[in-house]
Amino acid sequence: MKAAVLVFPGSNCDRDCKVAVETTTGGHVDMVWHQETALPSGLDLIVVPGGFSYGDYLRCGAMASQSPVMAEVAKAAERGVSILGICNGFQILCESGLLPGALLRNAGLKYICKPIELTIENRNTRFTSAYGDEQTIWMTQGNADGNFFADADTLQSIEDNGQVVFRYVENPNGSINNIAGIVNKAGNVLGMMPHPDRAFEPSLGSADGAPLFHSLQRLLQSA
Amino acid sequence: MSTTKTIAEYAAEYGLKPDEYQVILDRLGREPNYVELGVFSVMWSEHCSYKSSRLHLRKFPVTGDKVICGPGENAGIIDIGEGPDGQKLACVFKMESHNHPSYIEPYQGAATGVGGIMRDVFTMGARPVALLNALRFGEPDHPKTKRIVEGVVAGIGGYGNCVGVPTVAGETNFHSGYNGNCLVNAMCVGLADADKIFYSAAPEPGLPVVYFGSKTGRDGIHGATMSSAEFSEDSEEKRPTVQVGDPFAEKLLIEATLELMASGAVAAIQDMGAAGLTSSSVEMAGKGGLGITLDLDKVPQREENMSAYEMMLSESQERMLAILKPGREEDGYRIFKKWGLDAAVIGETNTSGHIVLTHKGEVVCDLPLGPLSDDAPLYDRPWVEPDTQAPLTRVPVAPVGDALLTILKSPDMASKRWLWEQYDRHVMADTLADSATGADAGIVRVHGTKKALAVTSDVTPRYVQANPYEGGKQAVAEAWRNLTAVGADPIAITDNLNFGNPERPKIMGQIVRAIDGMAEACRVLNFPVVSGNVSLYNETNGVAIPPTPTVGAVGLIEDYENRIGFNSLKNGQVLILIGDTKGELGSSIYLREVHGLEEGAPPPVDLELEKLNGDFVRSLIHTKTAKAVHDLSDGGLLTAAFDVAAASNVGIELKNPTDLEDHVFAFAEDQARYLVAVDEASAHLVLARAAEAGVAAQTVGVATGTDLVLAGAASLSLEALKQAHESWLPAYMGA
Amino acid sequence: MTLKAKVHIFLKNGVLDVQGKAVEGALGGLGWTDVSNVRVGKVLEFDLKASDKSAAETEVKAMCEKLLANTVIESYRIEVA
Repeated sequence: MKAAVLVFPGSNCDRDCKVAVETTTGGHVDMVWHQETALPSGLDLIVVPGGFSYGDYLRCGAMASQSPVMAEVAKAAERGVSILGICNGFQILCESGLLPGALLRNAGLKYICKPIELTIENRNTRFTSAYGDEQTIWMTQGNADGNFFADADTLQSIEDNGQVVFRYVENPNGSINNIAGIVNKAGNVLGMMPHPDRAFEPSLGSADGAPLFHSLQRLLQSA
Repeated sequence: MSTTKTIAEYAAEYGLKPDEYQVILDRLGREPNYVELGVFSVMWSEHCSYKSSRLHLRKFPVTGDKVICGPGENAGIIDIGEGPDGQKLACVFKMESHNHPSYIEPYQGAATGVGGIMRDVFTMGARPVALLNALRFGEPDHPKTKRIVEGVVAGIGGYGNCVGVPTVAGETNFHSGYNGNCLVNAMCVGLADADKIFYSAAPEPGLPVVYFGSKTGRDGIHGATMSSAEFSEDSEEKRPTVQVGDPFAEKLLIEATLELMASGAVAAIQDMGAAGLTSSSVEMAGKGGLGITLDLDKVPQREENMSAYEMMLSESQERMLAILKPGREEDGYRIFKKWGLDAAVIGETNTSGHIVLTHKGEVVCDLPLGPLSDDAPLYDRPWVEPDTQAPLTRVPVAPVGDALLTILKSPDMASKRWLWEQYDRHVMADTLADSATGADAGIVRVHGTKKALAVTSDVTPRYVQANPYEGGKQAVAEAWRNLTAVGADPIAITDNLNFGNPERPKIMGQIVRAIDGMAEACRVLNFPVVSGNVSLYNETNGVAIPPTPTVGAVGLIEDYENRIGFNSLKNGQVLILIGDTKGELGSSIYLREVHGLEEGAPPPVDLELEKLNGDFVRSLIHTKTAKAVHDLSDGGLLTAAFDVAAASNVGIELKNPTDLEDHVFAFAEDQARYLVAVDEASAHLVLARAAEAGVAAQTVGVATGTDLVLAGAASLSLEALKQAHESWLPAYMGA
Repeated sequence: MTLKAKVHIFLKNGVLDVQGKAVEGALGGLGWTDVSNVRVGKVLEFDLKASDKSAAETEVKAMCEKLLANTVIESYRIEVA
């Protein structure tokens, strides 16, 4: 697998994402600075990592979504390249319009870091095909703005199209319909608040994030 | 401002004593000007000069075969063996207080405390990998406490989470003794290659001095002198001197600093912490035996019309001062531009032995560096033996089950989930144990290796209050025990000594005796002090805090697969109590929480026994004989058993094999003890090996069911106990 | 000419304002029980060089649409003087 992890000023899970992809897939990962106007060629995956891009100032992800590199990410998304936004990366993808909806302040107004139980709502995406028949999976989250929101029509279409990939069993952030992660209509862009990049081997408390990366690897093998 | 009277008056106002001011006059042979006086007053403040404590800090053992750099630099450095590429790895760590600012403005005070301690670590070339914090708040019913808790916790989380360093461990106490002075002690642990450590001493003359980071504003002027003074009723008027932190800038500063270091451009580097540009420039030139000139017009400024005095004393955050190798300015600018940081060459090193500042074309300060450091005041403050508590003469009885419930929902003992869930404990994807895990220490992997660092922060202020010497020993011993209990080899400590006004002989006596006790424990346990911080004058209206010498400690786990916690107890396993229980209840949690008594001599600490028992437990962990381990501390055996049962989700049935009454057996706080779970089949062998080693060990229970039972004394459902344990803090905070 | 721009940004009606709700609860707890519909928003102020007020308003509107507000969840109001 050939992957790129974007790096914005204030990204802080960029290395975690690189290590997670390398460890789970053995793939090659390039770190791409936000000012770049071209992406490495032949990418199979672009990861938009978590962190506090631009300090979460103004709105989480707002300034990063305007970075030069994001224009290239939009083009790659159009071409069907897999794009994974985690935590702040999810916020950036929503702000850039690559995913519908927005992420609001947590209902409890506080940053919450804890293990989170998720249901897999759609096992037929390119990000979830390697999951088995497990009822729920565990990952940790760490965010202050993980409260997914979409207006009624958008929400209806997200649900109807099977774009909801993960739901919280116990909703920690106040997300509408307990949504923890969604894909775009085309199914190649995933945004999620919990961190598969912190749950890819048992030492970290959970390896339930690893099948997500294995799924992407499987996609390559089947192609 | 040039008359003798005015400058002398300013000297007094900035906290310089008349005799200290006289030394300045003698050394200079003239009267200092206003800027020079400012420089002296911060450099000679308690905060920067350690003038009351330095004499006694010399008692600490500071060397050892694992010590690369002891106290005196920004942080201590220890050797943790080889890295993945065969390079020698170093762990860099320090703890520092931000007590006064946190009381005045809790969010920013705590946030900038976290920022400051991180800079101390990455200034030396280490990437921060773990944060800890030791927090002491006033009693819950005090009108200010809740607001301070709310702000401090939000500030720690707001800063650490954004920068992206996991907060993995800590401790929190509530006591009326902190009503007027909360304590916020933050610790940062970093990793570096041992041959790529950076120091502050300027190596040679003629090198450019580069300022980079955030711009300088009028933040926190005289913060260092403020933290060296007692509070009075009107201290809240001092609010404008509190600095504001920008964690986003800090994150950029870390990346830029490490990139600059990796580029090979850095000759020496120092962060601007307390006393900002003054202490950083004085230390860099002074330590290098050189001189330095700074052109203050070149300092990046955030506000208009800043005076030289304001620039030199500003404590604006997220700023660094570096001395670059010849001709490397362009490398620097390229990196600073990439990370969006302000930067400017503001001066040069020379051989003058002076610090010379120019502003608007005029020399505004010309001081010999020698007197600033060498002649800094050093006091042998008068002290008297501090008050100590006599041994207990009575132990009131209470029903064991009720007592346990009372203890578990008491502010000190209740779960602190509400606060640590606000801290990112997992960023960097190397956290193996954190506050949520059920382990006696936080554990983070040394990235890319099988090694892991175990980290903890400990002190039991009520013991130190009751007997500073024994309490000082206990703080060190408990830190050593917590590292041992996760399977780590304890290596070294950083200390953060929080006390009242050292000019009062009884307080000075507490300082002296607590240091004596800590130093003794460090010697016996081969646990040297590699860095530290002193915070004195924690008093309000003449009432001092309980003496609180916080110990931050680091241990090494060679193979993290061999780590252990107390969350792994399985049904049917046998619980063995390591260490002797004589029934020490002086200054115990049981007495305080169940009977409202704060009395009695604290448990004595037999350091040889600590070593013997701890080494034995560590051997059980290394041979994988131990299946779960918890040290015994606050609240004794029954409280520890609850922790193990709750973290492992299995009940425990204990029996009392001693002659002690059940409530004494349940809650005694005898030291050097551990609760160790082993498979039933290996229990006899463990007891036999303990006997051979001369270690006291007895079987005290078994894992079974869903209740916590002390046979014949108490039987409580684990769920009910968990509920009690988890409910207090959220209810108090109104969550 | 240099004009002063002020942009008020609030969550749209229909988007739950959790901060507003918390502030309302806190005010109620302090005895201000007649308070309702608290909204927490933000105000941005800046100087802007433009040929005239109308041109400035057009620019600021573009800024809002592009960056300053997220129109999925936020509405904005512009003042230029």
